[in-house]
Amino acid sequence: MAAPLTLLLIVAVTIRAVLFRSSLAELISERVEVVSPLNAWKRVVEGLALLDLGVSPYSGDVFHETPLMIYLFHFTVDYAEIVFMVSPYFVDCLSCLLASLDRAKIFRKQKYALESDRYPADCLELLRSPKEMFYIPLKVAMFYLLNPFTILSCVAKSTCGLNNAIIALFIFCTLKGSALLSGILLALATYQSIYPLTLFAPALLFFLQRLYIPVNLRRSSFWCFTLQYAFIYVGSLVVITGLSFFLLGSWDFIPSVYGFIFSVPDLTPNIGLFWYFFAEMFEHFRLFFICVFQINVFFYTIPLSIKLKEHPVFLIFMQIAIISIFKSYPTVGDVALYMAFLPAWSHLYRFLRNIFLVSCVLLACSALFPVLWHLWIYAGSANSNFYYAITLLFNFGQTFLIIRPLTRRRKHPGGFDNEVSCFKSSVWKSSLKS
Amino acid sequence: MGLLSDPNRRKALTNLLTRLNAPICMVCYLAAIVWFMGLAFEPFTLRTYMSENAMGSTMVEERFSSGERALSLAKEFDAHKRKAGGMPVEWLVKAMQARGLEVFTQSFSRKLPFPDENKERYMVRGTNVYGILRAPRAPRTEALVITAPCSPGNSDNQAVGLLLALAQYFRNQIFWAKDIIFLVNEHDLIGMQAWLEGYHHTNITGMEYSPLQGRAGSIQAALSLELSSDVITSLDLILEGLNGQLPNLDLANLFYAFCQKLGVLCTIQGKLQRNDWDTAEGYTHAAQTMMLMVLKQACGRSWGDHGLFLRYHIEAASIRGINGFRHYKMDVATIGRLLEGMVRKLNNLLERLHQSYFFYLLPSLSRFVSIGYYMPAFGLLAVILLLRALDLWVNLGAPALEAVDGVTEAEQPSGPGVLTVLTPVVISHLTGVALYLLPVHLQEMAVEHFPVSETEAVVLTAVAIYTAGLALPHNTQRLLSGEGTEQGWKVLKLTALLYLAVLLGCTALINFSLGFVLAVTLVPITASMTPHMPKALSALAMVLLSPAFTILYCVFIYQELIEAPVSVGEGWMLFLSVISQGILDHALYGSLVYPLLALFIYPCWLMFWNILFWS
Repeated sequence: MAAPLTLLLIVAVTIRAVLFRSSLAELISERVEVVSPLNAWKRVVEGLALLDLGVSPYSGDVFHETPLMIYLFHFTVDYAEIVFMVSPYFVDCLSCLLASLDRAKIFRKQKYALESDRYPADCLELLRSPKEMFYIPLKVAMFYLLNPFTILSCVAKSTCGLNNAIIALFIFCTLKGSALLSGILLALATYQSIYPLTLFAPALLFFLQRLYIPVNLRRSSFWCFTLQYAFIYVGSLVVITGLSFFLLGSWDFIPSVYGFIFSVPDLTPNIGLFWYFFAEMFEHFRLFFICVFQINVFFYTIPLSIKLKEHPVFLIFMQIAIISIFKSYPTVGDVALYMAFLPAWSHLYRFLRNIFLVSCVLLACSALFPVLWHLWIYAGSANSNFYYAITLLFNFGQTFLIIRPLTRRRKHPGGFDNEVSCFKSSVWKSSLKS
Repeated sequence: MGLLSDPNRRKALTNLLTRLNAPICMVCYLAAIVWFMGLAFEPFTLRTYMSENAMGSTMVEERFSSGERALSLAKEFDAHKRKAGGMPVEWLVKAMQARGLEVFTQSFSRKLPFPDENKERYMVRGTNVYGILRAPRAPRTEALVITAPCSPGNSDNQAVGLLLALAQYFRNQIFWAKDIIFLVNEHDLIGMQAWLEGYHHTNITGMEYSPLQGRAGSIQAALSLELSSDVITSLDLILEGLNGQLPNLDLANLFYAFCQKLGVLCTIQGKLQRNDWDTAEGYTHAAQTMMLMVLKQACGRSWGDHGLFLRYHIEAASIRGINGFRHYKMDVATIGRLLEGMVRKLNNLLERLHQSYFFYLLPSLSRFVSIGYYMPAFGLLAVILLLRALDLWVNLGAPALEAVDGVTEAEQPSGPGVLTVLTPVVISHLTGVALYLLPVHLQEMAVEHFPVSETEAVVLTAVAIYTAGLALPHNTQRLLSGEGTEQGWKVLKLTALLYLAVLLGCTALINFSLGFVLAVTLVPITASMTPHMPKALSALAMVLLSPAFTILYCVFIYQELIEAPVSVGEGWMLFLSVISQGILDHALYGSLVYPLLALFIYPCWLMFWNILFWS
């Protein structure tokens, strides 16, 4: 286990180091698919320069990172490459542990299932041998470290990698069962980009399950723990925000970071669903449609939490995927994060016949993004519709990718019923509409 | 969606697709060819029409009449050119200044990576002269460009003469709303490249040039003139630019409209239009014209001086005077009027030309095939690759499913291993990198050891590496894993098929013709390739349908179409010069065809070659 992992780390480091030094790095860091206005390294440098001059980095409309991030880079700017090289390994190592923990847990469950012989025969193929599970952490690591999306995002020095590391740390602490650390890290992730707010529900469900507290609104123990966890979360969020205020001496960052995320003023094309829509729209519908679009990220938490309350880890995966599809400035780094967790659900692949179609779609889209961008921006012969068509197709592929495990999960022992397909169709419709 | 998520129906669908895979693929291939050939049939094409409002409604009256002066200027220019032994800079500057233009010069120099034997140049040094006519009626934010080349020998003098006469005439008109730049460029495309890079403050090809002293606004459109004789019988329109890029169709429409108005005979690809579309000859004629366009576009080079403008998002076309059809004659004044009319219409533009099509094929000047009509032909070919891939996927998945019945260890035979597939892929690509880098870098060594010139050395090295690639990779996987498994080649083929499909799809989007030509030759052999076929025969078929032979066929077909058929020996020499031109075009102007073929298409083809010798 250690040997292949080391080899993998060496390969991954080599690829990144080579790319950092090559002329491609500059090209990659300009690509709209890889960096967004939120996490572009160029903007961080600009913010740092403003900070050094004693001007608020949020004056002007360039810098949209959180204050803690800029102070982190204030001290490490000379080692930025190393920071970016290291951040994926956090994600990776943690996800390794995560995967192994998760696997062990599910394995125990399935042992039980086998003994009790309650389930129909066809579900037996879902059970994995310890040997197969042994490799899952390695697979997760490989999926994250060697994923071209992660590599691109890392070489572009997109701060998305750091956000991913925080989320991975949060998941790790949650699975380790440390409510305090989990709450703090969740607050940190929320502080970074708001959307991880929706991970509160799965984390809570996980702790409740772990402590054998039934989800019952009339039980005091349920409320007791919920309040406790919410207190940790909100408390640390307040502390972090307060800390930012004291570091910066003003509340400038609230509109500049969170306002920027919510109201989507920057319509630079990216792989998300927002830009085209809001570029085309009449100004007086803007507020309404911003609500409609933003609610997508948060809304699915409720039905999913109800349906998946027995499977909080899977729910975390679903939430991360939904965030990366529906967030206002998605980049390929976000996509890479949830893709890394796919091997953890590899036992569901048996039902994933359309994986061929989906991977073809994702592959073709990834190749077509730069081609159509070239035709639109440089050659001037295509237009934004071409690019947006590919964006739509890409998001269709992603939706398909996460719906499959979700719907197939129904057949899983201790699974859930058909109503999940409601979610499926609703996600579908919304992505079609947009 | 329902079809795909319902397991039974999906199973039925996959069954159908796998069982009927071969016939469906065959039908798709034939349908693609028939569809493509049908594009030239007139009822299936659309009539061209002017989409741009600003150019459509306003008819102008052309009054240019100084044809004689243009010819005398041409003679004068010729005399000074001979005296100076190149660009007569001083005379040209004076002549332009005398016509009231702001005149500037730009000098440039460029060392070619290896000598260009077609044009006999290696160290290129030259000067561009351009004069700007400032717009009297508008802020100087936009500009139009008219260019004429200063070529060696007797050619293109009349173009420069006409350019100067037009400048004089335009100077006296008051309706110009855009600056007009009159540019005389030396060393055709190299000079043009230097001027455009200087104008836009870029340097993408390592050219040395002096910065431009005078500039006008952003260039909206450009026309390039090529006239080589006093008597012109017809005008030929050239649209194909660098990397197969085409200008907006409205520019062609504009040219056609004025040719109609002035009764000028006009051709495209040197072919006159015929009206008898319902006869076999008429159809063949249209098909030949379209095929010529496809071949010219596919080779990705700039066929006139206009080709480099397109990269900067400037609509441009070349107009070439032909002296070939005996009965029609027109004087230079008519051509002047035609240009005057076109420039005045372009002068009316309120925004860049964007209304009409950018992706089209022209079977004649009055008919066009838009992207929506020709893409299905390519789509049908791409579908074959995807269908074969699907078939393989189902094949690969089926045994795995059977193995896992009951409480087996669910031990997936962990596939053929990543390494068995990765090795051929990596080695093929390394060969491709060698094919891309070595020819130019090894020329000195080759010249030292073999009795060849530099150009020959480059081309022959390329051919040698290409051939060596065939011998190299098919033994590689044995080194690592001993026997290649049945699953191994299937996975490799699946990868290669998807790779090829994505590759050809992207190519076809940027340059449809190139994508289509490659697909026509690569698809049949790659789709049917397995290690179980008779080795010698299929190896021969693969080689005959490889990218290099595709180029060779294109050379022969092209020569056939321009009615200058060549013998095998001449064809081979042409083939070699095409390769050297391709490499030069890449080094000088950044054409993408050579890197595409060397770095992607050829390695991809090698992967299939590898499958054939899988054991």
